[in-house]
Amino acid sequence: MAAPRISRKTIGFGVLFSVFLLLCLLVNPSDANWLWRLPPLLKDLPFIINDTVQNLLFEWMPIEVYDPTIDDYETKPLFREVTRAISSTLLLIIDAVREVMLGGVKTIVAFTDWNFINENPWLRWPALPWTVITGWAILLGYRLQGTGLAALAAFSMVYVSVFGQWEPSMQTLSFVLVAAPVSVVLGLGLGIWAFRNRAVEAALNPLLNVAQTMPHYSYLVPVIVLFGVGDHAAAIATIIFATPPMVRLTLLGLKNVPAEVVEAGIMNGCGRFQLLFRVLVPTAKRDVLIGVNQVVMQCLAMTVIASFIGAQGLGSNLMIALNSLKVGTGIEIGLCIVLIAVVLDRMSLAWAHKQTDYFADLSFFERHRLVIMLVAILVAGCLLAWAGSFIFEEGRNYLYIVPHNKGITTAPFWQAAVDWTWDTFFFTLKGFNEFLITKVLFPMRDLYLGMPVIATFVLMMGTAFLLDGVKSALIVGVFLLFIAFSEYWDRALITAYMASFSVMVAAVVGLVVGTLCAQNRLATRVALLVCDFLQTFPSFIYLIPVIMLFGITDTSVIIASVVYAMVPATRYTVEGLRSVPEVIQEAGTMSGVSRMQRLVQIEFPLAFPHIMLGLNQTVIFGLFMVIIGAFIGTTDLGQLILGAISDPRGTGIGLTLGLCVAFIGLAVDQIIRTWAERRKKELDLG
Amino acid sequence: MPSRGRTAGEEKPVIECRSVYKIFGRHAKSLLDGTEGFIDADAAKEAGCIVGVNNASFEVHAGELLVIMGLSGSGKSTLLRCISRLTEATAGKIFIEGQDLLAMNGRQLLDMRRSRMGMVFQNFGLLPHKTVLENIAFPLQMKGMKTRESVSRARDMAELVGLQGRENYFPRELSGGQQQRVGIARSLAVEPDIWFLDEPFSALDPLIRKEMQDEFLRLQEVLNKTILFVTHDFDEALRLADRIAIMKEGIIEQLDTPASIILQPATEYVRKFTQDVPREKVLRIEDVMNPVDETEELSDLRVSKDLIIETVAEAILNQPRPVGVVDADDRLVGSLHASHVINVLFGTSQRD
Repeated sequence: MAAPRISRKTIGFGVLFSVFLLLCLLVNPSDANWLWRLPPLLKDLPFIINDTVQNLLFEWMPIEVYDPTIDDYETKPLFREVTRAISSTLLLIIDAVREVMLGGVKTIVAFTDWNFINENPWLRWPALPWTVITGWAILLGYRLQGTGLAALAAFSMVYVSVFGQWEPSMQTLSFVLVAAPVSVVLGLGLGIWAFRNRAVEAALNPLLNVAQTMPHYSYLVPVIVLFGVGDHAAAIATIIFATPPMVRLTLLGLKNVPAEVVEAGIMNGCGRFQLLFRVLVPTAKRDVLIGVNQVVMQCLAMTVIASFIGAQGLGSNLMIALNSLKVGTGIEIGLCIVLIAVVLDRMSLAWAHKQTDYFADLSFFERHRLVIMLVAILVAGCLLAWAGSFIFEEGRNYLYIVPHNKGITTAPFWQAAVDWTWDTFFFTLKGFNEFLITKVLFPMRDLYLGMPVIATFVLMMGTAFLLDGVKSALIVGVFLLFIAFSEYWDRALITAYMASFSVMVAAVVGLVVGTLCAQNRLATRVALLVCDFLQTFPSFIYLIPVIMLFGITDTSVIIASVVYAMVPATRYTVEGLRSVPEVIQEAGTMSGVSRMQRLVQIEFPLAFPHIMLGLNQTVIFGLFMVIIGAFIGTTDLGQLILGAISDPRGTGIGLTLGLCVAFIGLAVDQIIRTWAERRKKELDLG
Repeated sequence: MPSRGRTAGEEKPVIECRSVYKIFGRHAKSLLDGTEGFIDADAAKEAGCIVGVNNASFEVHAGELLVIMGLSGSGKSTLLRCISRLTEATAGKIFIEGQDLLAMNGRQLLDMRRSRMGMVFQNFGLLPHKTVLENIAFPLQMKGMKTRESVSRARDMAELVGLQGRENYFPRELSGGQQQRVGIARSLAVEPDIWFLDEPFSALDPLIRKEMQDEFLRLQEVLNKTILFVTHDFDEALRLADRIAIMKEGIIEQLDTPASIILQPATEYVRKFTQDVPREKVLRIEDVMNPVDETEELSDLRVSKDLIIETVAEAILNQPRPVGVVDADDRLVGSLHASHVINVLFGTSQRD
């Protein structure tokens, strides 16, 4: 049936590649030749952005503000006052939450002043003993899911405490506890707004795309300029990154509410708000809560990067450890982040899936029992801490708070392990490293750099045209044009080469592993579980072991991004193969297919669109990790972005670079997603 | 049994539709400008519009059960949604007890729905996060009733539809039939006098469907609501309806009592539906009898006019002479020849 069409497509690709190769050979590599490199027409864009921001901050809309310290009105720009107000509010909340857990005086100061504190030295908010927070976590885990989650929570909290990472962990947690709710509320609001108003949805969609594909780094500079440095700035950067998935899932959930449920709500006499908050949102609860889960995960993923702009906690400690090559400490801190991430992930997912135990079902007494138990744990923990103060010396009360870096540590062990690996496998590792760099990576990089700009355009737009049609080709063209006109085309090519190398390896490995796992029910479950688990790791964690083995080189970055990008490739392959409808499988069986025939004739063609969506994710993940890799020293866009952070005029550069990276991702995304979704529709796979 | 063949009373109709149109598409309004009567579906299609309801006019009286019957895409659900104002009619007038429904503002419409209308949906439309009891109490709570009061009322409703013992179940824990019982109880919770049912039993198994129809007739016996009932099942329509409106491509092809539709189908389309109907099981003596003829000599057997033919057919056929038909007060109201019965039951020609 489709034979002539397929062959036409094949011819199309044949022609495309021939033209591409011809262009590569024929175009003369000189900077004056526009076919080779486009002139940097957008060179001034970073400066324009900078000037705009400066103008906004220091000149635009001056207003009169009353200053109590000099008892007079002062003229200040409006925008700056607004950002200041946001900053101080956020900072106050973060400090308050932090001091509930760790104790302190900042919150009290905020409402009084330092003199008051100095006069009353006893006035200090006490920290919660670690036993209390651990107890609460265990209780929560038990109530949400059962003994398994309770045990996980217990293990994690005890680990964090015993290894002396309690204080930074709680700092990180307090940061998440503020950033996550703000993102959730913001995302829910925007999602609802987009649901009600098509124009808003249309406007929001590209913004969300860019926000989700832009590397985290590139927000940091503008955020510093607008909000300064500190926990609040880190929280804002995190919120920008964590809100989009919440918006998307809210919108998705609301759209999936059956029309009849909405109609039933209307006919039952719901007003506008009743319909929204008593019918629509509760019915979409599952998707909304999965959004909450995503937000929490994104917040944790940001902890390390947020430490660049002043977030205290595990992230900054990890950075310091990695910078000074203390791999052992790095591993311990990394494990803390992973454990907190896994516990929060499991808890929020358990909450999402927990629908049966509806609270209205519980008797009044049962509802109170939870509160009673929480209070009981609080009292017991405080008593324990008090008792501890008699046993331990001052400042080392292990029943109150295990002081930072005073717990057990396994760092020497890890250090020894690394040293041993280095000593034993030095030549092997070095050999592999050198081989990869000189024989594979450098030649590949030179190939990419030797591509004339016209050839790149032909290849990308041609592919988009052949797969999706004119519209897609034009969109891809616009994305590429932006990069080509910026100053960063060569850097972008380096980013692209690193990303595409890791994507290729990741895709092949993921495809093979996924296909093998999909052959067996048990293996499928295990594979999906492992993917779940790996996906909760904040991206930075992947760098620790590779740095351990390969030091700070391109190889480390490539390997980390291969591993990171392999996760979606495997997951989508398994899911795609397993989701081939039962009926078709049975029809195949009755037609007498062999195992291989089934795979090649039935499963692959049907699973292919889904696998391609996985490839899409793989590209985004790979790109993402390559950019993060800049932190350990590569020479692509990521490194420039990193450089922009310390540049006083870095706002514009950071944003432009961020857009370049985002557009690489979005161009690939446009091609693959459009194709996969249309193909899925054609195959009637929803 | 509902009061069949109830003659349209002189009192004001509860629902009145006058030339209601629903046309989907951007140029719907301009398409309607200056036209009267039926719209040409092909012309509409050319203008990029789809006609959902085409010039529908009818009345429903207090306590009457009007079934709107049609195949999928015939516009029956659209018509119902226009009358409940879940979709806005493109043109026409709809009156609910004399009030102009389409002129109502949001507040008035809300009040109307909160006190006067109840609706049952094909796929139940239950709120998944609420229990049976909470679902039933939902419309009451929307009105602002206190939780305690609404729950006790919901408990009564659950009992009315036979759900006692399952009040604390979630919808997903119930079978389809039980879920629809919740839907029915919920739609009746505010004691509406107008009851809309949109294919309420179509998603159910045949056996459960039969059971639910019986249940529905029992409820209607007790409650005597004014009902608009949408279905694609002709047998269901015959079983339940006082009158049936048969729709095709947005147009009401025929609106009449079940007997008249079977005996005098107005169009070829309607006739196709009627041709396989087991008439003896649907028609009553009254539907096929002749008027009283003084000259005629009747047999001794007397049959009630309300009986289904099947139940007395054998007795009538065994009589040598025509049989007298009597009403509830034993007065003679007509006669029935055996040949006539045979003709009605097995003949393909229409009755003269």
